[in-house]
Amino acid sequence: MEHATFPPLPLVVICGGTHGNEMSGVYIVREMQKQKVEKAGSVSITTVLSNPRAVEACKRYIDTDLNRCFTDALLSGPITDSAPYELRRAHELNAQFGPKGSEEAVDLLCDLHNTTANMGLSLICYSLDWITLHIYKYIQSKVTSVPVRLIQLTIPISEAYSLESVAKHGFSIEVGPQPGGVLRADIFNIMKEALDLTLEWLQKFNSGSTFEGGEVEAYTLVGNVDYPRDPMTGEITAVVHPQLQDNDFKLLQPGDPTFLLFSGKTVKHEGEELYPFFVNECAYYEKKVAFQLARKITLTFPSISVKLDR
Amino acid sequence: MEEDKVLCLPRLSQVAVCGGTHGNELSGVYLVRELLKAKKNVTKQEDEEEEAVPLLMVLSHPLQQCFRYIDTDLNRCFTHASLSGPMSGMTPYEIIRARQLNTMLGPKGSHGAVDLVCDLHNTTANMGLCLITYSDCDWICLHIFRHLQKQMPDIPLRYIHFDVSNKESYSLDSVGKHGFAMEIGPQPHGVVRSNIYMAMKAGVQHMLDWVQSFNSGSTFEEGFVDVFTMVKHIDYPRDSETRTITAAIHPQLQDQDFCLLRPGGPLFQTFSGETLRYKGDEPLYPFFINECAYYEKGIALSLARKRQVMVPAIRVQTEQEQQANNQRFASEEEE
Repeated sequence: MEHATFPPLPLVVICGGTHGNEMSGVYIVREMQKQKVEKAGSVSITTVLSNPRAVEACKRYIDTDLNRCFTDALLSGPITDSAPYELRRAHELNAQFGPKGSEEAVDLLCDLHNTTANMGLSLICYSLDWITLHIYKYIQSKVTSVPVRLIQLTIPISEAYSLESVAKHGFSIEVGPQPGGVLRADIFNIMKEALDLTLEWLQKFNSGSTFEGGEVEAYTLVGNVDYPRDPMTGEITAVVHPQLQDNDFKLLQPGDPTFLLFSGKTVKHEGEELYPFFVNECAYYEKKVAFQLARKITLTFPSISVKLDR
Repeated sequence: MEEDKVLCLPRLSQVAVCGGTHGNELSGVYLVRELLKAKKNVTKQEDEEEEAVPLLMVLSHPLQQCFRYIDTDLNRCFTHASLSGPMSGMTPYEIIRARQLNTMLGPKGSHGAVDLVCDLHNTTANMGLCLITYSDCDWICLHIFRHLQKQMPDIPLRYIHFDVSNKESYSLDSVGKHGFAMEIGPQPHGVVRSNIYMAMKAGVQHMLDWVQSFNSGSTFEEGFVDVFTMVKHIDYPRDSETRTITAAIHPQLQDQDFCLLRPGGPLFQTFSGETLRYKGDEPLYPFFINECAYYEKGIALSLARKRQVMVPAIRVQTEQEQQANNQRFASEEEE
């Protein structure tokens, strides 16, 4: 594959507390702000607590999920007096770091998240561009304490709903398992390591290093599976099966158990063999998602270096 | 009165199992809902048979929408002071609800209170299954614990004692004549995990089996139980101005509930990677390590002393013994 070049990436925006109870990102950003971290070598850093009211209340959100407010439609709609807090906030963040899709948008935004699912360290993005792929490859080659995976949400950018879609390049760093409202040192350290490696890559890239291309595996979102529910009340009638619980990214084959009904019966997976993730994520009960399913793909990408203007 | 090696205790005429006292501790919420559903599905014929154990199942907090509480922590509203005293339009929802529960299951401290309250809880701490009580000499609770130990050998089981007087006892389980919280973790709040749910289901079933066996006249032999008595709490280090925490539970302490913490042992790791150590003189047993709901209560972990308690043999009082007891109670009341 032909070698690719890109203009330098002088600025990265680091966001924590997009969900106010996902504590690693909250404390990483708070600590960076306390230490007045504004630069990492040649890279300028802007840190922001995306949802300060939710962080204060230690809740995922106040009125509505901030990380579902960044579709083109929601960002272009009007803001009335009765608009949800998070929608206003999304407009503010879009004005500050976007506008989404425009030339003025920041080059790179990295959004920090936690999950109750056993997902180790996952990078989540909408488009598998060479920058994201190289950062992923770099992190994966250096982090040994947990599995590192790349997830692509196969959604067109106009419908992309999360904060990182505002920037020209963006991804979430998702680390779990960690309960909402809880700060675990091991999870904090993993997220910090991933962030430090991202900054390290950016510095090396900006100063002219060449990064070799190659192949990586990624998981592309195919669909969601909800809990079995009572048709009258809508309440869940089962738990994630013990053989699926904590087995994110372990291939799910037809006939494998997925749910254990409270009545004692087992529900089994039907259809294609796929990879489950976000298995038993707390915040997804209300979104009617027990787990998501992905196909595994292999991506080839070229070597990359910075393009210097003459 | 003649000394008897076997203690005779009154029959347990009514047991209450409560779930959802904290609305986001979901194992108890779903278990009680399922038990209520199962009760409804019993046919009329079966209904006419005497219930094995007269059982009240209570969803403590029916309005809850998966938050721990609405105004204030329901499980701190059962002191005698909270249960009495004036109410106004401003009275927090949970105080009102506590008084309703006290009427339903109590009144606390009275002859009419239910015999046994089992209140179901979850924790984000790695505590396995714990029974938490206010007494280290409630033989009913201790024998239930011994029964669970025999029936559930694969789950870590511990007995925790908070040395608080009945007047100051603040939780729902203090409303019954006997009571305990059944606390199982780790489980994130707002999540139901199959292993935790199944452990709670088994724990409740074994408890009810024991009550039935007790009421039918079985004798339960004496034996020792390790009791963990709460000594103190330790808070997170905090910024003096903002009060936000400045360190996390140390990775070597995280998940190590009930593993002895010695003086000098690691407690916290600051965000810059420094280790803060336990400065106490006495080695103690940590529990409720990194419980989500305790950040706002200023508790990073609790510490307990362990000791062996000798639990005497017990059986249920015969009807004669019960009558004699009631007569004595009546004459004591007259005095």
